[in-house]
Amino acid sequence: MNAKAVSIKVEDKLYQNRYLVDAGRPHIQIKDEAVCARCATRQCTVCCPAGCYEDGEGPVVLTTDGCLECGTCRVICTTHRNVEWEYPRGGYGIQFKFG
Amino acid sequence: MSEKFDVIVVGAGASGNAAAYTLARSGLKVLQIERGESPGAKNVQGAILYSDALERIIPDFREEAPLERHIIEQRMWVMDERSYVGTHFRSDDFNKPPYNRYTIIRARFDKWFSDKVKEAGALVICETTVKELLRDDAGKVIGVEVDRTDGRIYANLVILADGVNSTLARKAGFRPELDPRHVALAVKEIHFLPKDVIESRFNIQDEEGVVIEMMGKITHGMMGTGFLYTNSDSISVGVGCLLSDFMAQKITPYQLLEQLKAHSSVAPMLEGGEMKEYAAHLIPEGGYHAIPQIYGDGWMIVGDSGMFVNAVHREGSNLAMTTGRIAAETVIELNREGKAMSAANLARYRARLDDSFVMKDLKKYKDLPEIFDANKQFLTTYPSLLNRSAYDMLKVDGEDKRSKQKDIYRGFRAERGLMGLLGDAYKLWRAFR
Ligand SMILES: Cc1cc2nc3c(=O)[nH]c(=O)nc-3n(C[C@H](O)[C@H](O)[C@H](O)COP(=O)(O)OP(=O)(O)OC[C@H]3O[C@@H](n4cnc5c(N)ncnc54)[C@H](O)[C@@H]3O)c2cc1C
Ligand code: SF4
Repeated sequence: MNAKAVSIKVEDKLYQNRYLVDAGRPHIQIKDEAVCARCATRQCTVCCPAGCYEDGEGPVVLTTDGCLECGTCRVICTTHRNVEWEYPRGGYGIQFKFG
Repeated sequence: MSEKFDVIVVGAGASGNAAAYTLARSGLKVLQIERGESPGAKNVQGAILYSDALERIIPDFREEAPLERHIIEQRMWVMDERSYVGTHFRSDDFNKPPYNRYTIIRARFDKWFSDKVKEAGALVICETTVKELLRDDAGKVIGVEVDRTDGRIYANLVILADGVNSTLARKAGFRPELDPRHVALAVKEIHFLPKDVIESRFNIQDEEGVVIEMMGKITHGMMGTGFLYTNSDSISVGVGCLLSDFMAQKITPYQLLEQLKAHSSVAPMLEGGEMKEYAAHLIPEGGYHAIPQIYGDGWMIVGDSGMFVNAVHREGSNLAMTTGRIAAETVIELNREGKAMSAANLARYRARLDDSFVMKDLKKYKDLPEIFDANKQFLTTYPSLLNRSAYDMLKVDGEDKRSKQKDIYRGFRAERGLMGLLGDAYKLWRAFR
């Protein structure tokens, strides 16, 4: 278990998955970007299993296309409650072939 | 849809299918609504299916359900970075029909179960997300609103089988937001390999299966476990940890999984396989104390939505099916007696659950989550000490065994202290008592 030897891009994993993206209708939204900009912990950028939250200089950037609909980002945003979280419209989003 | 149903079941997972099937079989008018493209398209599990729960619903399920392998061997590994100390339990008794546990692939299994629900007479609609519960002026639930035009549908009772996130129960105020200490995040991959490779690698024959549960340093001190299960021509491998622990760590879930897969004891088992899907899902692990109110005027909650998971024994789908079945049986009985679907009458559901293995098991382990949460040494110090001890005792290097034993004992005392060791033993005994 050598932490250095195993670096992985999550995109390579998500590439195997099947999605029906509801273009232009993201099912998760950041309520107030200014709140993220002030957030010191930014748990979402570490905990999201699909790497949907990108850390950087300014506010956290959310791209929901690869979302696995787990609910993690909503649950961990405990101090700010800054994630508006819904399931995608019926039929859209991740479609597990195996699950 | 202007007709009114006896019962609307939200969700076509294990709990929803068990409820809808049981209700429809009794002749009630049932509508089941699922947001996935097909039942199972949104569902993730390890996945071990425990026969008993399903057998009580569909006694001859073995004849047609898509099952992968029946489990004949269970391995338990306590790991550090380079090794594991493990137990393997293999039994001929597990290799005799009727088999007790199977590996399954949820997307396939849920589709099959859903077909049984349709055969039993329920109306099942997919690709439809329930947005909200409809309530009358008195607060009684009278139906649901879905994300389609004219999306209001009415029923005498709504059963929420909508899984761990249960947006519906939260919006309706039946349940608070999930506490990060009460849910684990699990990530999982499926790797395809030829059948005969799996069978020789795991020392098994046709249709026989092995499960490996892993704990220790692989979770970096986080409360959690890894798993590796054999399917017919694939292997499921994953790891899950409490969300509150993930928040305190700076490791991403997919890195954690990569590290597990790269462990010298795991990598050879996946060698040559083709990864075909990466999944993630939450598991409700809050246990007994986290169970919310599970019934009220015109509504009931079953399965993960009600926190019905036994994290210690990794049982969830069976609790889901059992709560679904018992909820349905309660409704059937009330209906026969001509009684209303009121909170007072539906209280029978909780009483029945209290009487079943579901609540008894959850009650037994009610303090375990807190104990592990407050005592990280179970997941870090002990696995390391155990592995180091095994290594020292087995290494042949000219030192006598008694001296080695003394060193090991000294090592334990140095890292935990005598009182610490005794205290830990007591805590564990109390928790599992
Ligand atoms: C990685 C992992 C490994 C596991 N391993 C095991 C194991 O080996 N053995 C075991 O017994 N259990 C295991 N479990 C637990 C088990 O998977 C769950 O306990 C079980 O699936 C719960 O069933 P459920 O019907 O309550 O919820 P789910 O199976 O989650 O089903 C909920 C359904 O509701 C639908 N839904 C949700 N909201 C809506 C809405 N608003 N409108 C319409 N539809 C909606 C969803 O699409 C989904 O189909 C595991 C869980 C995970 C995550
Ligand atoms: S629901 Fe899960 S996968 Fe989707 S953005 Fe949130 S944390 Fe990431």
